[in-house]
Amino acid sequence: MKVLKNIQILEDKCVGCQACLGACPYGAIYMEGKKAKIDYDKCTLCGSCISKCKFEAIKIEKKAGFKSAVSLEEAKGVWVLAEQKNNKVQSVSYELLNKGRELADDLRVELTAILLGSDIKEEAQCLIHRGADKVIIIEDTILNHYQSGTYSAVIAEIIKKYKPEIILSGATTIGRSLVPRLAIKLNTGLTADCTALEIDKEKKLLLQTRPAFGGNIMATIMCQNHRPQMATVRHKVFAEAIEDQKRKGEIIEEKPSSELLCSDIILKDIVEEIEETINITEADIIVAAGRGVGTKENLSIIEELAKALDGAVAASRSIVDAGWIPYSHQVGQTGRTVCPKLYIACGISGQIQHLVGMQSSDVIIAINKNPDAPIFKVANYGVVGDLFKIIPALIKRIQSSSK
Amino acid sequence: MLNIVVCIKQVPDTTDVKIDPKTNTLIREGVESIMNPFDRYAVEEALRLKEQHEGKITVLTMGPPQAESILREAISMGVDEGVLLSDRAFAGSDTWATSYTLASGIKALGEFDIIICGKQAADGDTAQVGPGISVHLNIPQLTYVKKVEKLENDLITVERLIEEGYEVIESKLPCLMTVVKEINEPRIPSLKGMMRSKKAEIKKLSASDLDVKAEYLGLDGSPTQVVKIFSPPHRQKGEMLEGEVSDIAEKLFSVIKEIK
Repeated sequence: MKVLKNIQILEDKCVGCQACLGACPYGAIYMEGKKAKIDYDKCTLCGSCISKCKFEAIKIEKKAGFKSAVSLEEAKGVWVLAEQKNNKVQSVSYELLNKGRELADDLRVELTAILLGSDIKEEAQCLIHRGADKVIIIEDTILNHYQSGTYSAVIAEIIKKYKPEIILSGATTIGRSLVPRLAIKLNTGLTADCTALEIDKEKKLLLQTRPAFGGNIMATIMCQNHRPQMATVRHKVFAEAIEDQKRKGEIIEEKPSSELLCSDIILKDIVEEIEETINITEADIIVAAGRGVGTKENLSIIEELAKALDGAVAASRSIVDAGWIPYSHQVGQTGRTVCPKLYIACGISGQIQHLVGMQSSDVIIAINKNPDAPIFKVANYGVVGDLFKIIPALIKRIQSSSK
Repeated sequence: MLNIVVCIKQVPDTTDVKIDPKTNTLIREGVESIMNPFDRYAVEEALRLKEQHEGKITVLTMGPPQAESILREAISMGVDEGVLLSDRAFAGSDTWATSYTLASGIKALGEFDIIICGKQAADGDTAQVGPGISVHLNIPQLTYVKKVEKLENDLITVERLIEEGYEVIESKLPCLMTVVKEINEPRIPSLKGMMRSKKAEIKKLSASDLDVKAEYLGLDGSPTQVVKIFSPPHRQKGEMLEGEVSDIAEKLFSVIKEIK
């Protein structure tokens, strides 16, 4: 096999400090004598080691293999892909406008939102009130409901026409199905599920930070030679832009090529399934239950607390697997990632698989019998005790205040 | 006869990947490489479709030579054939180059009806490779599938998870779907399956076996680049509440009131 040495350790610079060994997620660096060496069979060129070397002894050579559909020179402006369901702009879009405004101001460029659907002009106005300078709307009945093939074809065409330098989308089921398609169609890069975004002042590039390895490490990613730089952004990480009804902006109506307005799939039905209270990804307050609640019947106490707080009910994997509550409530690695203002973990021990789905919540309260439960390591407030005593007392306290 | 291709990935067992709080580096000792947990559901769904409709299942992975072990594991579950795309030229691939390489591998295998992928890989968590493959192959994409309702006459009807519940959608074959955990319960390999997987021949393809352009491969074919890696900000040390139940309830109530 031909060995491509895109990565090299510069022996004259390597001091043998071994910092890079620990940085490699693949165990591809080893010591030979007093110098670090790369195991080329294991190295995936992920780049994790580069920033860990204080002596600039590790070099990765990278060429831009292909060109993006939008050229570096022409790309200008920040875009937000707004999301609508039942003709209502979703709150994640307002979060994107807040961050997008900041990025656009840093770059001194315009902020544009794009919205697809039918009969959406009024909603387009809401996007202007929340910070967009321009809104591009594309109206057709076929665009009423999200569909991967049609949406990606139509949006790719508009992007090629207007050539933005940055595109933000929600890391929702729509965003995470749509934007990967745009990345391939436009020959450009995409970073998934970002939790921090900023402009590198010198290079004028978008620094995209996201959790990886189940949230155990954070990585900052750049897309240097391709445009637009695209990111999907985790819901609830950024605050919504504040509404200003006096704000003025321009609404541009675009008509896509007619051959794009067809669909390769048929939507037969939409079934709304969240039974109790609200959708966990949208909730500001989540009350979550784990095995510590004991039985399916005991879940009623969790539901009652959620109701008293206008919150949603979530669950650990074990009680979903036990069939006590539907999968759509599961938080964690194999379930959903949530980011509410308050997460109350009741009888959840806090295995790492659960923690990765909720540890970016603003405030975490944990109630558990076991003082050594790992959930207490991430909790702002911990209570070691019997949830069947504490929760009813808390519900009573909440109810007495609302009377 | 259905031709099913399942794309799988070898990942470090992320539950073991931890950061040493003193040195701020990854602790790798004892971290095993495993089949991406979501891919097990993809393999299982392929096996179920084959049981109902007959056909052939090929598992495909791109990775270093040792990624062969997850192909054997899939064979032990009942998959017919394993194909490994391995070449130094593929190293450093982001999701763009990975989806290009896998799509090229699928084309090299010949005819296919359904491509199945896990929802996302547990190391990168991007969920971008499945959709990327479908664009490269120019076939419809069905993401977050939680149930296959019907498959007949080259039409597939699935339920796909969305935030509010699920959608029921119908697509023509060939298509690509990514599956979530709810879709099934993956089987344990049988003893016979394990014996077969040991002897099975793994087909190995390098860049020169594929109809690919070098500029779309590996690091050069990857628009994104990791520039920094660090441990997540530690949550500040929490406060443990003690005392009578009523005192605790009062304190929790004041915390909640401040948030609301």
